[in-house]
Amino acid sequence: MIRYIIRRLLFAVPTLVAISFIVFAILDLAPNDPTGQLPLTIPPEVRAQIRESLGLGQPFYIRYGKWMEQFFVNEPLNIIEQAFDVKIGDSESRLRVRSWATRSPVVDLIVERMPQTLWVVGLSYIVGILIAIPIGIISAYRQYSWFDQVGTFVSMVGFSVPTFFTGLLAIIVFSVMLQWLPSIYDTTHRVTDLASFWVHLKQLIMPVMVLALFNAAQLSRFMRSAMLDNLNLDYVRTARSKGMRERVVLLIHVLRNSMIPVVTLIALGIPTIFSGAIITEQIFRVNGLGQLLIIAIQGADIPLVQTLTFMFAVLIVLFNLVADVLYGILDPRIRYE
Amino acid sequence: MKNITTLIAALAVTAMVSSTAHAQRGRDGHLNILYWQAASSMNPYLSGGTKEIEASSLVIEPLAHYDENGNMVPVLVDEIPTIENGGVASDLGSITWKLRKDIVWSDGSPLTAHDVVFSGEYCLHPDGGCTSLNYFSDVSGLEALDDHTVKVNFGVAKPFPYGPFVGSTTPVIQKAQFADCLGVKAVECTDANFGPIGTGPFKVDEFRANDVVTLSANENFREADKPAFATATFKGGGDAASAARSVLETGEFDYAWNLQVEPEVLAQMAAAGKGTVVTAFGSSVERLMVNQTNNDPALGPDKRSLYLDGTNPHPFLSDPAVRRALSLAIDRQILVDAGYGAAGKPTCNVLPAPAVYASMANDECLTQNTDEANRILDEAGWMPGDDGVRTKDGVRISILYQTSTNSVRQGTQALIKQMWEAIGVETELRNIDAAVFFGGDPASPDTYMKFYADIEMYTNNFSGTDPESYMANWTCEKIPGPENQWLLSNIQRQCVPEYDALSAEMSQTASLEERARLAKEMNDIIVGNHYMIPLIWRGSVSAHSNTLLGVRMNAWDSELWNVADWHR
Repeated sequence: MIRYIIRRLLFAVPTLVAISFIVFAILDLAPNDPTGQLPLTIPPEVRAQIRESLGLGQPFYIRYGKWMEQFFVNEPLNIIEQAFDVKIGDSESRLRVRSWATRSPVVDLIVERMPQTLWVVGLSYIVGILIAIPIGIISAYRQYSWFDQVGTFVSMVGFSVPTFFTGLLAIIVFSVMLQWLPSIYDTTHRVTDLASFWVHLKQLIMPVMVLALFNAAQLSRFMRSAMLDNLNLDYVRTARSKGMRERVVLLIHVLRNSMIPVVTLIALGIPTIFSGAIITEQIFRVNGLGQLLIIAIQGADIPLVQTLTFMFAVLIVLFNLVADVLYGILDPRIRYE
Repeated sequence: MKNITTLIAALAVTAMVSSTAHAQRGRDGHLNILYWQAASSMNPYLSGGTKEIEASSLVIEPLAHYDENGNMVPVLVDEIPTIENGGVASDLGSITWKLRKDIVWSDGSPLTAHDVVFSGEYCLHPDGGCTSLNYFSDVSGLEALDDHTVKVNFGVAKPFPYGPFVGSTTPVIQKAQFADCLGVKAVECTDANFGPIGTGPFKVDEFRANDVVTLSANENFREADKPAFATATFKGGGDAASAARSVLETGEFDYAWNLQVEPEVLAQMAAAGKGTVVTAFGSSVERLMVNQTNNDPALGPDKRSLYLDGTNPHPFLSDPAVRRALSLAIDRQILVDAGYGAAGKPTCNVLPAPAVYASMANDECLTQNTDEANRILDEAGWMPGDDGVRTKDGVRISILYQTSTNSVRQGTQALIKQMWEAIGVETELRNIDAAVFFGGDPASPDTYMKFYADIEMYTNNFSGTDPESYMANWTCEKIPGPENQWLLSNIQRQCVPEYDALSAEMSQTASLEERARLAKEMNDIIVGNHYMIPLIWRGSVSAHSNTLLGVRMNAWDSELWNVADWHR
């Protein structure tokens, strides 16, 4: 197993280098311009100077090489320095990957955004799983009952109605009409006591639930069909004929076997937490990683887009590996050597 | 009766309480400002976007502001230098500002002339990529005559020397803080760029790029009883409609900026009664640029949309009759009602404001006149063909009409297409992503400067109140082409020697009345010949909560220019 993991990790390196090159090339070829969003009162000559100061005058391969150096050498060194409070070489003049729009280090921006994205999108993922699994189990066990019908209907609606609609609907009902919940997420809010935790909870409810419903809809369908596949198999009949209680049959035997594809699906979905929920973050002004990415794309902030998309690529490659490993652990028949 | 006395007594008490409270800084608690485009920096010299300029205007200040009528008001100086008071040299070669002696930065150190000189040098540094560089055009040097006197020298006679340090685009930054941030090092000063020390009413507590700025009152602010708010939040993100909702319907925020929302939606939100929509009209005009050069794709890159000393005229838009008919056929009021509401007014001028510069000579276009437009085209020999499209000598009036992607603009395009159909003009519509259209990539065929189309539509304006450099945008020598990487500003490629002469005269004229006359004449040449077809005078729309008082909506400077005076 360990050898398998090491081999997969080594294979990931050329994959990621290729991805970083493709992403950089696409961004470079895109007809976008970092000065495109500036007001027209700024004359074109000044724009040309701004582009020059961003390093856009240099050829493609030099800029790509610089990014590689900054991202793979300078940034890790910087993290080590901060973590262990040491100095390695000439850290003052070491160039970091800097966003063009904010002129600040990209990594600092990402670190700043991580908490709210993990709180909102991560929590919604967990809530979504907690909703989806019981619904999937009951729907499968009582197939074609009223619960199954309602569950099917709700998950179809949840899956097909986009979050920019449900989010807006929630704001209009709970913020505008009832005035119970805030429509704008306060990213500077700090939880210090029970009262401030309550405030935090209130601002979390809407974005988390909107996203959780969307996630749950998909996952519960998966759970249901995996359970159905297993419920008709011979080992279930054997278990029942041995006189086991339904509880044990369902929650121990069937559930464990049905979870194999579902766990893989959950693991593969984890990178999407980090990429944030672009639309939902925008609606509730959560201003997490998704909003950072979309602003960077709109403003042609290439270093920021490049770094973010590359990070997502790393996470996707990594969690693919995690999913494969989990598969092996859950299903002893599968052996990687 | 008893009730009334109690009431009067209560009122008297309230009045007393509020008058004593008036003497206090920070008496009104917290101010919530929402800009749906988040600020990415607090240094306007490095970003240039409206959102950054306005966010930073809470903290750093110029020597003088423009008020809501476009007049200059002193901020860090006692008076505005003029020729009369000797502040502007009689040869128009320099301007001398005398700083107030009682101003201190938020860290307690005094503001000196060296800070002002440094701010100029910071922006003028050739490697800095300063976005406000055009405000410093023709500046040959800055010098501190003493600790409180700054002299700005110009390389040429400058009839309007108020470019540097007037208005929020060119604020004064602290030398001590930015001393190591000149040129290429400017980008490395993240702490300074995110938290500049200023003389303004607020100081930065925490800056989160593209998200939120947390501010508190500057305890060293020059007016002891201001600002009325102890703390402020400058939140960003989301979209215009939900920003409007948060002020007008839910009341979560006190002020929301740039509410480009469908007129009926905004009216419906305003009906909730929690806030007020405010507008201000500056110099922004949505206009059609009429290409004077041939942009036939068959011509290839060496000829397409290039002026080539007038040898490459447009096949039908070089005919004045066609241009005039296109303008007359448009019902501008319908465009306003459909897309702009309170945020727009029909206009026939490229230069609609300030009032002294606004010409009255072109108001013909304010009323749509399809019959007259048809008559003009008939008379000029453009006759409808079998398909209803007018043709002359084998040339069909078939227009490629492009603009940036934006729902209001696409609505306007569709309406104009219909209006032109009524005069036998065929129109093909095209829209291009704003970042590409307004981006300056010389390799892209889709930029507004390349102008590979017959007509294009966008808004242009100028900052400040003086139109000299704005009107100088459309002289013959400013026609874009490959020799200047398409970086010049005469997008419609007009070349009128008479216009160029007026522009040259304006750069030598100091008297305001004369300048106004010249600007009007130049405006009349452009729109009288329909090289540009002005459509809509666009205002900025914002909203403030009904509990927030003192907002004076300003189109000539930052909307937050008088935030020190805001109160509950």
